[in-house]
Amino acid sequence: MMKKPAPFFILAVIAGSCWFAVSAAAADLGEFGQFNGFADARYGARLQSDSYQKQTTLAETRLQLGLFRLGGSSTLQLRTDIYYDDVVEQKSVDLKEGSGWIDLREANLLFSPHSLVDLKVGRQILTWGTGDLLFINDLFPKDWQAFFIGRDVEYLKAPSDAVLISLFPGWFNIDIAYTPRFDPDRYIRGERLSYWNPGLNRIAGRDAVVSPSTPDRWFSDDEIAVRLTKNISGYETALYFYDGYWKSPVGFDPLAATALFPRLSVYGASLRGNLGPGVANLEIGYYDSRHDRSGDDPFLPNSEWRFLAGYEQEVVRNVTLAGQYYLEALQRYDAYESTASAATARDPYRHLVTLRLTWLMLNQNLNLSLFCYYSPTDEDIYLRPALKYKLTDAWQLSAGANIFYGRYDHTFFAQFNQNTNLYTGVRYSF
Amino acid sequence: MPLKLVFTLCTIFLLIASGALGALTAEQIVSQANQASYYAGKDGRANVKMTITDKNGGTRNREFTILRLNGQKGDQKFYVYFRAPADVHQMVFLVWKNIERDDDRWLWLPALNLQKRIAPGDKRTSFVGSDFLYEDVSGRGIDEDRHELVEEKEDYYLIKSVPKDPSSVEFTWFQTWIDKETFLPKRAEYYQRNGNRYREVEAVKIETVGGFPTVTIAEARDLNSGSVTRNSFSEIEYNIGLQERIFTERFLRRPPREISR
Repeated sequence: MMKKPAPFFILAVIAGSCWFAVSAAAADLGEFGQFNGFADARYGARLQSDSYQKQTTLAETRLQLGLFRLGGSSTLQLRTDIYYDDVVEQKSVDLKEGSGWIDLREANLLFSPHSLVDLKVGRQILTWGTGDLLFINDLFPKDWQAFFIGRDVEYLKAPSDAVLISLFPGWFNIDIAYTPRFDPDRYIRGERLSYWNPGLNRIAGRDAVVSPSTPDRWFSDDEIAVRLTKNISGYETALYFYDGYWKSPVGFDPLAATALFPRLSVYGASLRGNLGPGVANLEIGYYDSRHDRSGDDPFLPNSEWRFLAGYEQEVVRNVTLAGQYYLEALQRYDAYESTASAATARDPYRHLVTLRLTWLMLNQNLNLSLFCYYSPTDEDIYLRPALKYKLTDAWQLSAGANIFYGRYDHTFFAQFNQNTNLYTGVRYSF
Repeated sequence: MPLKLVFTLCTIFLLIASGALGALTAEQIVSQANQASYYAGKDGRANVKMTITDKNGGTRNREFTILRLNGQKGDQKFYVYFRAPADVHQMVFLVWKNIERDDDRWLWLPALNLQKRIAPGDKRTSFVGSDFLYEDVSGRGIDEDRHELVEEKEDYYLIKSVPKDPSSVEFTWFQTWIDKETFLPKRAEYYQRNGNRYREVEAVKIETVGGFPTVTIAEARDLNSGSVTRNSFSEIEYNIGLQERIFTERFLRRPPREISR
């Protein structure tokens, strides 16, 4: 794809103001700082053979180095991973994908140009919304690959290269995250995990690695995410807006025969607070698939309503139980159905329930957990049992599994059927 | 009879009847102890070094900074910033302690940039895996127990407290030695149904900081497991002018400079 250079004067103004702000903030840093990190080694393998993949799902050693400086009115955060991955062919360094041997997690400066304004500039992890491992209004990049192979759950969030502007005028707060160049998810592309390929109408893997056309022009292929929040005596309310692209290549360009990221806008709201002995949350979002509003283009996704309701409670001392109900309601279903393949067409509603059980033992040094996704409409299931044991303050052992099962090959979790895996890891933190 | 005189007589009568001339009731003592322990000043900060020693002598360490702000009618806000161990570094535990409803609690997970809401849950669970409980950190509601003055000596009051809702707690009763001069609890012992003493909390060292008598070393012992946790407080300050906005998501994302001492 052609790269259109951004207009010179915009870059000059931005660079100039950034330089001014950064140098002012840097002069202020240095009162308080911490250096930390960890070394982590992990191994995981499939429990069954997969004709499109290696038996090994995870074989990596990783060193994370972090630097945190806190000044009077600014903070600096640097955090990077240096790693060796033995499963996927070694590639050249790509900071956006985190591939090669370096994954820059954070490199940002946060400062306050005004007492009611915070600016956070640079590579950062962004998160909002109320779901537990389900996301409606959080359209910041996720790393599904890391999630499905047993890296620590923090790797589910991939970094954004963005400017986060936060305004605190008083009776509510506004956050605006501007990403000048689209940051897609680190989606399942077939090189490590096999997936359902609708073009081939079968499960595929390394024989059909997805290489979509990714919007990558600075300042025109951009994303904006806005959140308004207000805490009303402990009840957190929020309104959301997003304008950008579907985060995975869910569209297809039949002329170029490539997968693509269709345009997307999302409008949503959420509520979270104490209810009875636990915490309840509600979230809703309308996914406006802007290039297929009529729903009749078979190569682009239709618009959807998404809804989430959750509840979490400590049921017995040290045992927490949490459940969520999640719904995707496809719009213009008649138009969708008339063009979709009858064998793999989805239902107008996709229902999903999740259950999380967490059990802390041995003075909270042993954490046993089970997270379960189950969709009665897709008739598929995804189980995440996990164990973490803190041997000492520095050493931690972990083990777990990612178990996929379903009736049909093409549904969301069932397509990963052949990727069911077991993993174990050891981490030394410093 | 002039109204003023009626009031005066009534007041005198009530004072005599309640024994308030000199002696304090158990509730008054507990209330003053609660003030002295958890509400000193308008706000405060402290660095805490926590050492958990198990019965085999193995130790685990935690380091954190606590910021506290007093609100209206006994409500308070706490900001607990973790420095160590390395795997919890930069995490923040935020509590809005509410007297008339359940507390609001959040955990900030820096690697995920996530403000995780925690179920109000059981306040008698261990705080960060130590022998201190959440309730030891933020205080136990004084109306949750029936208090009785068991003994009064020259330098202390001994109070026996029995929970009004026994099913909500793991003890059957506890007794507290409260210093008459500072009103700080010097020692508390917790008993189970079978009469076994199974838990102790002790103020090992008390110093006066900024005019407020302050526990600077505290120890909690679990007599069943043999585990002991010692908290050493340093860099203690009161009335530092903490602003309420510190106790919000904004300052989870960017810790306030008040933690950096």
